[in-house]
Amino acid sequence: MKTEQYPKVYLYKRIVQAKLFIDSNYANNIDLDNIADEAYFSKFHFIRLFKNIYGKTPHQYLTAVRIEKAMLLLRANKAVSEVCFAVGFESISSFGSLFKRIVGITPSAFLEKQQQMKIQILETPLKFVPGCFVYQNGWDEK
Amino acid sequence: MTHVCVYVLNQESAFDFYTNKLGFKVKMDVPMGKDARWLTVTPPEQPELEITLFPVAAGNMFNEETVRSITELISKGTFGPGVFTCKDIYATYEELKSKGVEFMKPPTKEFYGTEALFKDDSGNWFSLAQLV
Repeated sequence: MKTEQYPKVYLYKRIVQAKLFIDSNYANNIDLDNIADEAYFSKFHFIRLFKNIYGKTPHQYLTAVRIEKAMLLLRANKAVSEVCFAVGFESISSFGSLFKRIVGITPSAFLEKQQQMKIQILETPLKFVPGCFVYQNGWDEK
Repeated sequence: MTHVCVYVLNQESAFDFYTNKLGFKVKMDVPMGKDARWLTVTPPEQPELEITLFPVAAGNMFNEETVRSITELISKGTFGPGVFTCKDIYATYEELKSKGVEFMKPPTKEFYGTEALFKDDSGNWFSLAQLV
């Protein structure tokens, strides 16, 4: 592959590394000031560049990652309290209100919905697959 | 279009590639008996498009000969199922590269925008573009 140096490649590498750091360490108590320091940016310069690229401030992005991971864990049938601490929140009430604000329903309502969905999938799997694929694969005959 | 089918050589490996490397979300994961699984993923900002990760395996849809032919064609990079667009191609390129995604072409300016080419874990190639 030919190598091409695009504009501001060093800036991109540092911001992307910061984003990947958040992706890997969302469950910990992340200090965003430290990330800016490690990326060799002033805090405000870092936030501005990060937002330009990802459309969210690092803090907003961290929250989004935590809520996304919480949804994954709830889909895997984990208890709300367990999920709350597993994704880096320190209080169930702040987790619950933030979750509801972003997802639209409470974590426990989300969990219940997912459990019902799983039961439906197990009982009537063909309802979740387009008929053409069911027919082509002979799944309706089994 | 609501569903598109991407034939993959190993569904479990494709699941890992599309979710953990490309960052797609699982939309449907439905066991179909003990040997099959209906698995669809969606690009994070296009949840209405379900990409079916369909394994190339002998069964009702493919016989053994067809499996051999399609496997060979996918492996040698014959198929380019589509174009993904992103808001910032340089950031997306750096992230995917750091996750081990194989690029055939780095971000390059074209008349319609900036484009790179990458392969999935089976050998299907895609365009990654930031349009002007």
